[in-house]
Amino acid sequence: MKLHLRIWRQKDGSSPGQFGEYDLDGVRDEMSFLEMLDVLNEQLIDGGEEPVAFDSDCREGVCGMCSLVINGKAHGPLAGTTTCQLYMRHFNEGDVVTIEPWRSSAFPVLRDLIVDRSAFDRIMQAGGYVTLHSGPKPEPNSIPIEPEVAEQALDAATCIGCGACVAACPNGSAMLYTAAKVSHLGLLPQGQPERYGRVKKMVDQMDQEGFGACRNYAECEAQCPKEISINFISQMNRDYLKATLSEPVDRRSKMSSQ
Amino acid sequence: MDFNAKIPDGPIEDKWTGHLESIRLVGPRNRPKYKIIVVGSGLSGGATAASLAAMGYKVNCFCFQDSPRRAHSIAAQGGINAAKNYRNDGDSVFRLFMDTQKGGDYRAREANVYRLAQCSTGIIDQAVAQGVPFAREYGGMLANRSFGGVLVQRTFYCRGETGQQLLLGANSSLAEQIRNGGVKMHTRSEMMDLVVVDGRTRGIVYRDLVTGEVRSESADAVVLATGGYCNVYFLSTNAKGCNVTAIWRAYKRGAAMANPNFVQIHPTCIPASGDHQAKLTLMSESLRNDGRIWVPKNQDDQRKPSDIPEEDRYYYLEERYPRFGNLVPRDVAARNAKDVCDSGMGVGSTGYGVYLDFCDAIHEQGEKAVNAKYANLFEMYERITSDDPRHTPMRIYPAPHYTMGGLWVDYNLMTTIPGLFAVGEANFSDHGANRLGASSLMQCLADGYFVLPATIGDYLSRHPSAEISADDQHFKAVEHEVRDRLLKLMSIKGNRSASSLHRQLGKLMIDHCGISRNQQGLEEALRKIPQMKEEFGSQLSVPGSDDQVNQALEHAGRLSDFYDFAELMCRDALHRDESCGCHFREEHQTAEGEALRNDEKFANVSAWQYRGEDNEAELYQESLEFEAAPLAQRNYKT
Repeated sequence: MKLHLRIWRQKDGSSPGQFGEYDLDGVRDEMSFLEMLDVLNEQLIDGGEEPVAFDSDCREGVCGMCSLVINGKAHGPLAGTTTCQLYMRHFNEGDVVTIEPWRSSAFPVLRDLIVDRSAFDRIMQAGGYVTLHSGPKPEPNSIPIEPEVAEQALDAATCIGCGACVAACPNGSAMLYTAAKVSHLGLLPQGQPERYGRVKKMVDQMDQEGFGACRNYAECEAQCPKEISINFISQMNRDYLKATLSEPVDRRSKMSSQ
Repeated sequence: MDFNAKIPDGPIEDKWTGHLESIRLVGPRNRPKYKIIVVGSGLSGGATAASLAAMGYKVNCFCFQDSPRRAHSIAAQGGINAAKNYRNDGDSVFRLFMDTQKGGDYRAREANVYRLAQCSTGIIDQAVAQGVPFAREYGGMLANRSFGGVLVQRTFYCRGETGQQLLLGANSSLAEQIRNGGVKMHTRSEMMDLVVVDGRTRGIVYRDLVTGEVRSESADAVVLATGGYCNVYFLSTNAKGCNVTAIWRAYKRGAAMANPNFVQIHPTCIPASGDHQAKLTLMSESLRNDGRIWVPKNQDDQRKPSDIPEEDRYYYLEERYPRFGNLVPRDVAARNAKDVCDSGMGVGSTGYGVYLDFCDAIHEQGEKAVNAKYANLFEMYERITSDDPRHTPMRIYPAPHYTMGGLWVDYNLMTTIPGLFAVGEANFSDHGANRLGASSLMQCLADGYFVLPATIGDYLSRHPSAEISADDQHFKAVEHEVRDRLLKLMSIKGNRSASSLHRQLGKLMIDHCGISRNQQGLEEALRKIPQMKEEFGSQLSVPGSDDQVNQALEHAGRLSDFYDFAELMCRDALHRDESCGCHFREEHQTAEGEALRNDEKFANVSAWQYRGEDNEAELYQESLEFEAAPLAQRNYKT
């Protein structure tokens, strides 16, 4: 198969970028999309040209390192699939394939197709944990968890933090990511003590990072490679509302005379 | 000279608790004065960094990925073992210990393995407390599944993504410590070398993969949690970035490398489809619980697998190993797959594949029940191959997956360089010559949550914290060496990518130092590796510059260390003139084709010490004692 590739090339965060045009022959059905880029890169390197920089690591669809907007869709045309698990059998002879990095002001481009997603880590650091030390812990079967609840928590926790939700959203909102993280712990008994503080801190951090607001386009859900449900956003909104309505009472303050 | 592992005295079940009570502690007021570097942020590194910071130490944690959550532990699918005996099927700490020793073909250190089994139950408690959503039964109790090589059900799991959930757990604790200022996280930063001053580890030199800057970080101790080196084969189940550089650099600075030839070839991976193949994808071993492995009896059977009747199918594992059947240990399963394919019975376009069939399981349990266990694995398989395993049997073939070898460590997980520790897959300690399924997550977390946080105090308490500046001349000298190495790679200006050179090395290694090895092949590999290294030195092309993101340069640097490491692997495999676990020397097998150990000569750990560029590595030995689990021939047949 022969393809025409239009690939975003950008030297670094402070340089302007533009599309590079490449014709690639010998693409086979059983290549993954990233293997197809590997083949292009090998050809470029052999010829002494700079290869296209892109992130990838596990290539099994679970590390969340790979990205790419392919013909306008985050992780390409297939639902529920990361770019590394997208195979070339879904493309046709002569196709023009446009490849861009995630586009979001909260994810600045570092080079070519690589962006800086550290904003996601900072949202996690704001509260995406159960506060604890390593050491002896209660016997886990002493707190039974309904299998349905554990499954729901896992549905949220299955988020791989790739950033496709942000790239897919016309507003560049990170609500689906944050909601998945908040809901994972919010559903489980272990996450209850910090539940409302957590949602407040994580949502506030999300806002500070410059992500856009959610307008219910639902593009995030449609393009999420793990098909995480937008219902988690409603769940998070409910928790957030509760959190803001129930600001802790200041136990030591004096009653002010009316 | 033999290596002393500093194993505590006393009966095996009291060694660890006794050790914990006797080792020196660092008081809470002094801990913030100590700086510790953790390289790697996977299960062992992330757990170590989080645990140490929670105790009060000042931690700098490094990873080459853009986020600590992406370390390759995340890809572990099947589960994690723990001797909880929730199934009431006779499990115990001792039985987990025995299974691990036997699975490792008696080439692991008893005291470490017993400690691992002891720590296993606490890991589940810790993970559940973090919010890891393990599978539950209807009543809300934790569920278990079976895994290869054992006769009890002790594996805890989260669908097919146990590694991801455990890593997110460790990662959440790490995030908490980053928030609290206990951990400074350095992402997109690759360790390039180790700095040893006056015989003690004092820090690392690393490269910022965004700006290309080479910088140093100093510390009172360094913990390497940098994973395994399967990518020496180019094609493996490891992530693309996995490499040997950190432990290889440590080796060159004086840390002994133990059993480097011990590599687990995982029996259930998706076969390669062509030269473009970038990596191999694992299908969890848990599939062997319900899938039946077979090949057509007739070599030229062109029928669709579903059209081949029972009598024309060869269920070779079930026939050869009636007691364990499809659940034999990984090395046995891998070798048998190669064996049937070598004899021409393999399936698929390359002839190197066997069927893993779920028809019977679906027939007996219903599609819904089977889906509940494996749906995500089935989908993953279908995405890659466009076949639905619910209707067409999977095609699988073994692939390099895990490295039991690694840096030699004593009972405290310290290498032969004072102040340098190694945890998780990066050390050699617990799995002997073959790792059982669902044991790597267990070892990483035992090391990270429980073992190292205790044992590192013993070292630190003997060395008062002393700030050494990263501007010190020792650091500057190593930085200089690192920059020189990078410039040398950039200046070759040949016309071949690191990928194409790497593929060539990988082919050589899988052919001669893979599922089975022999003297002739290993000697040939030892002749060819230096030639390949020379080709690398004259043909490598690294376009671009070193002051920017340059993935071609990253790959070239890692590959250059793989050449030297591959040589040591082959030398180690050649020296170990016996078969044991994964290390199958064709010269040494039983009449039934099983690995034949030579306990008289090789009941020991081979530890190689670097002796300079122009000299061969020197071999030391740690002899292994077998008191609690006496040596026995492995037998999975009856």
